Amino acid sequence: MSWSETFLGILKDNDVRLISYVPDNVLTPLIKGATSDNYFMSIGATREDEAIGTVTGAYMAGMRGVVMMQTSGFALLANALASLVMPYQIPAIMVISERGTMGEFNIGQSLVARTMRPTLDALGITHHTLTDEKTMPFIVDSSIKQAVSTQAPVAFILSPLLTGGNPAARTKLKISS
Amino acid sequence: MSNDRASAKTLNRTALTKRLAARLKHDEAVIAGIGNTNFDLFAAGHRPQNFYMLGSMGLACPIALGVALAQPERGVIALEGDGSILMGLGCLATIGNVKPRNLTIVIWDNGIYQITGKQQAATGGATDIVAVARGAGIANAEWVRDEAHFDRLLERRFEDGGPVLLAVKIDDQPGRGQTIRDPALIRSRFMKGLGTGRGGAVDS
Repeated sequence: MSWSETFLGILKDNDVRLISYVPDNVLTPLIKGATSDNYFMSIGATREDEAIGTVTGAYMAGMRGVVMMQTSGFALLANALASLVMPYQIPAIMVISERGTMGEFNIGQSLVARTMRPTLDALGITHHTLTDEKTMPFIVDSSIKQAVSTQAPVAFILSPLLTGGNPAARTKLKISS
Repeated sequence: MSNDRASAKTLNRTALTKRLAARLKHDEAVIAGIGNTNFDLFAAGHRPQNFYMLGSMGLACPIALGVALAQPERGVIALEGDGSILMGLGCLATIGNVKPRNLTIVIWDNGIYQITGKQQAATGGATDIVAVARGAGIANAEWVRDEAHFDRLLERRFEDGGPVLLAVKIDDQPGRGQTIRDPALIRSRFMKGLGTGRGGAVDS
């Protein structure tokens, strides 16, 4: 099974049905897998904070959800996290495909990437960087359960080590292997 | 009869929020945006199905969409100010595409940022929020002409017929109430009101 199939399987095991996303190259297999599976309700959002709002509403109405985005999209979230998710204690699950590192060609991406972990740390939001398929299932499954049990958000950062990174970057930078 | 912002009667948010609350007979969920919008909802009388935002300006409609998707049999109403909806117009495009039949959006449009000192908003200039909503795919969007028209538009079952957007031209008066500033309590009460709370020995 590919990493994306494994990941979607863990979401199912944890009754996470709503997927609100802003598209990204690296997320393509996750989004394709989710939109082609009737178990999931997939909602394309126009912005990442909008997706956080939708997942928050769905959680309060009894449906667990995940927001999928890339690094630059996460940078739009500080206010929604600080004034909605954290104070209202919403177990929002965030999946962030990591750009800006290990072969980034876009200076904007490499700079905005530096704000991601400091923002998560400033708000005290648990985050795990997923680097390999072997440890991913345990980390994701146990952390979703912890998020729901403790009513706290969690962020999973999809490292290029797991996903292979952005195919566009590999071409532009002529990265081998 | 033409129906636009210019010919719409200027109404009062506090009074209309009360009229709206009085129409809710089926435990409809109401999500009220930051500031005056949720102050007036609180002032209209707390209901277990009310959700009050204390931040995250612009997210009332996305939150309401989430509630509507998770509970398709429940009517869901988003109350939002014009300045707030301007902050995230993209959500109207999302809603225009998803087309949740149980979602109604009410925009209170005074054309100003009342709470920060009455600075003019884009809606007080060239921007017509009904035209924006229609262009975004919410065909059932219209200006409320007067109180009687507002009442008629609310004579419907909120769990069907959506998405609907009603824009109400309002005066520059502030909200009348003051929402409790306890987000965890607001969330917990709301979830209980929607039947999704955890309940238990300490939750009477």
